[in-house]
Amino acid sequence: MSSEAVAVSPHAVAHEHVEPNYIAIWIYLGVLTVLELVVAYAPIPKAAMVGLLVGLAWAKAVLVAMYFMHLRFERRTLAVIAAIPVILVTFLTFMLVPDLSTRIYARHHMGEVVRMEHALGKDVSGSNPNVNPPQP
Amino acid sequence: MSEAATLQTQLQHEAAVDPVENPLTPDSKGKLGMWLFLAADAMTFGAAIAAYGALRIGNMNWPTPSTILGIPSTAVMTFVLICSSVTMVEALSAIRRDDQAGYRKFLALTVLGGLVFLSLQAREWTHLIAGDGLSIKTSLFSATFFILTGFHGCHVFGGVVYLSVLLLRGLAGKITAAKYGLVEVAGLYWHFVDLVWILIFTFVYLI
Repeated sequence: MSSEAVAVSPHAVAHEHVEPNYIAIWIYLGVLTVLELVVAYAPIPKAAMVGLLVGLAWAKAVLVAMYFMHLRFERRTLAVIAAIPVILVTFLTFMLVPDLSTRIYARHHMGEVVRMEHALGKDVSGSNPNVNPPQP
Repeated sequence: MSEAATLQTQLQHEAAVDPVENPLTPDSKGKLGMWLFLAADAMTFGAAIAAYGALRIGNMNWPTPSTILGIPSTAVMTFVLICSSVTMVEALSAIRRDDQAGYRKFLALTVLGGLVFLSLQAREWTHLIAGDGLSIKTSLFSATFFILTGFHGCHVFGGVVYLSVLLLRGLAGKITAAKYGLVEVAGLYWHFVDLVWILIFTFVYLI
């Protein structure tokens, strides 16, 4: 009876003593860690490796938050609080994209940028790779 | 099924339909406070990791981490921290049953896990600084590495102190089932430190 209640609606017993199977979560985390190591040493393209590793890391983080930090069994308020930094950091990462694009552009067109800066009479001795590149 | 049990089931059902969204009951104030702190702390870590990513993508001379850092020993550190999270939930589970001996045992194991993690990190840092001559000024790689793992290590140290206080109070018999909330809040902090390490292990060491 009570196990069915847990399966159907975790909120129903939020005030009761809910306990997930911690040993099972431990085994999942261990298996995911081993998988990460396998992926890290596997001869696969870098982009696929990064994608897989990020996915595996997030799977582990979600397991810890949901079952060890009991987010799965908590009031919604706490889940909202937990979601806020995830949303803001995702947003921050996208806000860094314009900066990244100038760096990557500068990396490929460094010589060209230096020549143009010279032409403009600017000091480039610091050779800052983050200079504003000319628009193509 | 007795009438009382039927009534209880009915009450649980009503709670499911209309959950009481009041996190400010006295027994959950600590939990709400800790979650707010962790959200703020997560933004600090998130910003640091995002900055690390931006510096790394923008730098053409970034070394492959596995050529400098020891992946197998760090995998052991990751596993130790995951195990200490499991002993932490077992400690909470024990104190909820008012099992004092179990609480002390599992909390002591959790503190031990934190200490083992810190020892392995100290060994790694010693190797990098004294052996390889790396410092925070050597390169962007070393700067971001020492800042991210150092900031996380400070959290582990703080957690070890925090849990040691709870362990000492437990040894003095001051922690009872009625006070399990204190252990739950400390556990939230400890699991968060574990969660952040899972991300650092992936972004700083494996990728």
